Amino acid sequence: MRAEKFTVISAGHGGGDTPATPRNVPHKGGDANPTAAALQARFGSTIARVDVINGETTVIVDRDKVHDIVQWLHDEPTQSYEYLSDVTAVEHRDAQRPIEIVWHLRSIKFRRFIRLKALIVKGSALSICSIWDIYKGADWLERECYDMFGIQFTGHPDLRRILMWEQFKEGHPLRKDFPLRGRFSRSQQLENALAANPEARYSMEELSIVDAYEELPLDMRRRLLGGEKTGE
Amino acid sequence: MATKRTIEVELSTTGLTKDGKAQRVPLVMGGGAAVALEAPPSMEPELEGEHMLINIGPQHPATHGVLRLVLEMEGETVVRCIPHVGYLHCGFEKIGEYRQYNQIIPWTDREDYLNSIGNNVAFALGAERLFNIEITERCKVLRVMAMELSRIASHLVWMGTTCIDIGAYTPFLWSFQYREKIYEMLEKWVGARLTTTATRVGGMAADIPDGWTDKLQSFVQDFPRTLDECERLLTKNAIWVGRTVGLGVMSPEEALNYGLSGPMIRASGVDYDVRKDFPYLDYETYDWTVPVGTSGDVYDRFLVRMAEMRESVKILAQALKRLPDGPVNVDDPRVILPSKKKATSEMESMIHHFKNVMEGPRPPIGESYVAVESPKGEKGYYFVSDGSSKPVRWRIRPPSYVNLSAIPKMVEGHLLSDVIAINASIDIVMGEIDR
Repeated sequence: MRAEKFTVISAGHGGGDTPATPRNVPHKGGDANPTAAALQARFGSTIARVDVINGETTVIVDRDKVHDIVQWLHDEPTQSYEYLSDVTAVEHRDAQRPIEIVWHLRSIKFRRFIRLKALIVKGSALSICSIWDIYKGADWLERECYDMFGIQFTGHPDLRRILMWEQFKEGHPLRKDFPLRGRFSRSQQLENALAANPEARYSMEELSIVDAYEELPLDMRRRLLGGEKTGE
Repeated sequence: MATKRTIEVELSTTGLTKDGKAQRVPLVMGGGAAVALEAPPSMEPELEGEHMLINIGPQHPATHGVLRLVLEMEGETVVRCIPHVGYLHCGFEKIGEYRQYNQIIPWTDREDYLNSIGNNVAFALGAERLFNIEITERCKVLRVMAMELSRIASHLVWMGTTCIDIGAYTPFLWSFQYREKIYEMLEKWVGARLTTTATRVGGMAADIPDGWTDKLQSFVQDFPRTLDECERLLTKNAIWVGRTVGLGVMSPEEALNYGLSGPMIRASGVDYDVRKDFPYLDYETYDWTVPVGTSGDVYDRFLVRMAEMRESVKILAQALKRLPDGPVNVDDPRVILPSKKKATSEMESMIHHFKNVMEGPRPPIGESYVAVESPKGEKGYYFVSDGSSKPVRWRIRPPSYVNLSAIPKMVEGHLLSDVIAINASIDIVMGEIDR
């Protein structure tokens, strides 16, 4: 056996009952997560509403105060939401309804689950504060959310597209105004792909041999002069 | 000479120089290789401290799919790692917004394709919470069997492919032999091996056939022996231990902060398993333990996965004992179709059948997030419904996507060959990462 390197953090070490599979959960209402009341006591009017749907507590918060609230939930020992499950967004079919940014947080210590939501009214700037500095796991989740919805996470260190490619010009696929088949026809998509210059994406450092040109064998130099690309 | 650059191969060093550094061999183009090897040129001073960029993937067997890693190397040490994903992106979540709930289930097979029946169950659980349906006891036990079988199958693939990456071949054959038995069982049950589409909202596509439990019984009896054999080959194998111990260490706090889940977080010493801590399908009534590592390295991830397979076998044995008789599907006309006999003989049942198939079941307005413990970690399905038969938003919380996002943290400072071992230890499935 190897020596123990880390002390084990066990879930539920903050006390509480042994969890059980939820049964007969009401569609609306029921017991809210105690964190919701604590949030209302601590942040007052920045908590717009608390809903309990299907046994899950949703707290709708002021979009400017998200970072403070998440920071408090993470740091406060009586809450201890140390695990970020998910960051995502919801756009409703009704174009008038605001876009919702959704955070699913878990407290491993108290075995609690809470959903935070911030609403972005259509027409206002699609930006929200990044929580990357609190949870490193938010990095790719926020990048995906930006990629799919176009939401700017201010404070994110490297907000690039992640699933779509950098040159993708058609917009953000999970927005409701984005057609299922894409903005361009298949033939136009093919044309765009052929016209793209994939070499432009790679740094010369990565794959180039241009600086070593003088050392290349003659036949390769001839092929390069003939227009052959390197680096694929 | 300042602009001169030589591309070098680091893999074949001819020994150490006088001051103890590896002798670099320039890649000589043309017919000069023999000459260069006989008399390696002296170190070019401007190459000292120069970083080299290495590209692994997207077409590389050790990246387990179409993952591309750009590594900045200092000698043989990785100083920076930039992962690129998305080569397999096909917009599952977008397509889900245009499909009825039961029509989405085939898509869940195809994201984490090593755990397809587990995804079916997870999806059905999420949709059932949205519809406010309590499934039957028999269905619960059958779903537990499905999830644990697919966990074992997925871990077996993980073990086999990781062994190949690290240089062992035999465990791969042994593990795939038993994976094949699991797929045979699934085929007997639902008719498909990989793309099972086994669940429906409110139940299962099919009940298990006669004699199926005997097959499962013999699997439960035989399988631990294969695990023992594989463990005998690997656990104390000097090469295996040497190539896995101390690599890609994540401390418990880091693992929590990076949002790791599944065997990754448990190997780091966080006792967090969705089945225990946020239970579903009555997992709290089974007698099993959560294996937890304390070192957070590749070796501990291996040990945790091996122990998890044994726990799954324990759960399967208990599920076999308690499997109750009774209906598999709930008696809820909102989601369940009338029997074929009724649908072809009664007008009302035919209309019911037609409406349920053509329009699809309509959940009440609301949302649900149900997470299950998939072999890779916390797999969540988040649904938002506006009362129509198609979800407004169907979100997959992909565990290996979040696990993979920690790879720069894990590989930086390690050797190039260890990148392969660390990447293998994450157990990524690109179908799930790119979706």
